Amino acid sequence: MPFGNTHNNFKLNYKSEEEFPDLSKHNNHMAKVLTKEMYAKLRDKQTPTGYTLDDVIQTGVDNPGHPFIMTVGCVAGDEESYEVFKDLLDPVISDRHGGYKPTDKHKTDLNWQNLKGGDDLDPNYVLSSRVRTGRSIKGYSLPPHNSRGERRAVEKLSVEALNSLDGEFKGKYYPLKSMTDAEQEQLIADHFLFDKPVSPLLLAAGMARDWPDARGIWHNDNKTFLVWVNEEDHLRVISMQKGGNMKEVFKRFCVGLQKIEEIFKKHNHGFMWNEHLGYILTCPSNLGTGLRGGVHVKLPKLSQHPKFEEILTRLRLQKRGTGGVDTASVGGVFDISNSDRLGSSEVDQVQCVVDGVKLMVEMEKKLEKGESIDSMIPAQK
Amino acid sequence: MATLTIKRLPPEDECPDLSQHHNHMAKVLTPDMYKELSERCTPNGFTLDKVIQTGVDNPGHPFIMTVGCVAGDEETYEVFKELLDPIIQDRHGGYKPTDKHKTDLNPNNLKGGDDLDPNYVLSSRVRTGRSIRGFCLPPHCSRGERRAIEKLSVEALGALDGDLKGKYYALKNMTDAEQQQLIDDHFLFDKPVSPLLLASGMARDWPDARGIWHNDNKTFLVWVNEEDHLRVISMQKGGNMREVFTRFCTGLTKIEELFKNKGHAFMWNEHLGYVLTCPSNLGTGLRGGVHVKLPNLSKHAKFEEVLKRLRLQKRGTGGVDTAAVGGVFDISNADRLGFSEVELVQMVVDGVKLLIEMEKRLEKGQSIDDLIPAQK
Repeated sequence: MPFGNTHNNFKLNYKSEEEFPDLSKHNNHMAKVLTKEMYAKLRDKQTPTGYTLDDVIQTGVDNPGHPFIMTVGCVAGDEESYEVFKDLLDPVISDRHGGYKPTDKHKTDLNWQNLKGGDDLDPNYVLSSRVRTGRSIKGYSLPPHNSRGERRAVEKLSVEALNSLDGEFKGKYYPLKSMTDAEQEQLIADHFLFDKPVSPLLLAAGMARDWPDARGIWHNDNKTFLVWVNEEDHLRVISMQKGGNMKEVFKRFCVGLQKIEEIFKKHNHGFMWNEHLGYILTCPSNLGTGLRGGVHVKLPKLSQHPKFEEILTRLRLQKRGTGGVDTASVGGVFDISNSDRLGSSEVDQVQCVVDGVKLMVEMEKKLEKGESIDSMIPAQK
Repeated sequence: MATLTIKRLPPEDECPDLSQHHNHMAKVLTPDMYKELSERCTPNGFTLDKVIQTGVDNPGHPFIMTVGCVAGDEETYEVFKELLDPIIQDRHGGYKPTDKHKTDLNPNNLKGGDDLDPNYVLSSRVRTGRSIRGFCLPPHCSRGERRAIEKLSVEALGALDGDLKGKYYALKNMTDAEQQQLIDDHFLFDKPVSPLLLASGMARDWPDARGIWHNDNKTFLVWVNEEDHLRVISMQKGGNMREVFTRFCTGLTKIEELFKNKGHAFMWNEHLGYVLTCPSNLGTGLRGGVHVKLPNLSKHAKFEEVLKRLRLQKRGTGGVDTAAVGGVFDISNADRLGFSEVELVQMVVDGVKLLIEMEKRLEKGQSIDDLIPAQK
């Protein structure tokens, strides 16, 4: 937990071996990387806002993980965390993001016109399309570390920016702490409401402090563009609609994001971004584009095919249940989205989804007719 | 006291919104007080925000007043006294900043207590907590400190002999068999799940440096690094509270000596008595009680009133925030601070004796009106 910069100095009275966490039963990216020597080297450092190594790793120490699911096991408390603790975070990033090197450059492309196709995914199979990302506001600490004052400042700025949007983006902000019962019911019915985190991964990182102060949901009148304020990141931006027109979803996503960014820049608080890590977010797994673009798609036959997992891997896609991460699929409907975040652009990643889902729907149709799909199995992208 | 050097927004922007809150901290903390105290931190770096975080995150309930704040070290109670003194006063029956607390761990001063009717009293138990001076408390301690506390504690406990001779079971390398036995004995404590505890950071690094020590007779038990550095428990079946309390005092006194020999005292001062993590446990930190069958009395209209007058409280047999099962209640002292250990256990002994008399009367269909006590 944050804020005790004098305490980090006090801890230095104990030897490094005495403070080094016991990671012998742990299976997460942080535990794979953090050695006693690295701990000794980094333990007396802190970022300008006072975030320390123990703060970075606390969630990974408290949540040993699972042999089959590699969690990240560390978070950033501010933009500078990625620099001050690069000895730890670079290898974690490399391991998590397919070998991404400390010298690699990340490409940002939010020009929706560069997306080819994507407006014609078969709505008999593709039930809905959605793109989300996160954004951090430069000059403020991140959710594991920020104070109430900072969080409120982020909310204030965000609400100002969002309320100045017009046209199809015109909308309204609903702060969590003063929501009426009726508003809450409606937001739940729309599947928009987010609740206080219960995941021990998030709680251990201190992200739920002061809940629900300065947390809220903004959405446009059409209910196709949604922003979460101060949940796991400063902002989570979501574009979504029923059916298979991913191009329209992505267009709205890019246009909306850019409008919002402009307004923040005018207030001298742009988004955290650099040419190596792209958009800076709380969890190292969301660096780069922070983008998860996906569809809810009916694949009852393909999902039972022995090569389903392999096809997804080759297409650089992942599957989830329709409840989101760590849920099961229901009725053969899967959430299919891009696996990558860092090292490819937004357009690249949504293109993977569009092309990949198109192919999988074709495969599903073949299997419905009892035909083989062997000739359609793709090469590794 | 040290000055917090971290950059923050002005106190008006940082002050928590406590408008929906019902806990002792929320009753006391004003924006002006927040402004004044947020400049400070203890020599170990514990800040006002850390003191109150659990109370901010857990708004509480109109019917159950939680404390809503914790100490991160011994100095917290001094550095943040403007906040903690009124909370202590409110929680501990008007205890004033100038009051002195009396410590009495001489079991010979207890009168009676060896003859509570075992047909009614199923078991007797006394627990307290102890903090080791020189270390930060569970909300704030580092892994290194916690391990040092464990090491010291295991050495001290390892030197106990006679009927106190026992063994330490570290949580992190317990065998399945050991775990099962400790569960069967009702000794095992688990990682806290209460949001009150989690929000204050007490569960960090679990289960590192946590463990359970108990004597071979299974009548004396010490929890290491759970909600306090040490929780010390003496217990046995039946109604011989005197024996339980004697073992409690003897064991505690021996442990304190062993720690002193290693150059470590327990945190104690003449105003607050034993210093513990939660302000509700200051003073004696003692909860002494019995599991007792009171199926008739518990249904009597005056049951709550009788308990109150006897300075006792009831819980279910699962402990705090549980319900009674089969008419069996956990009856214990309500006070912690401003009374000595002997006085509190005396209240339990005398009070339970009276409650059983009342129960017997009601069994025979007789009135208990003449037995209703005055307010102690």
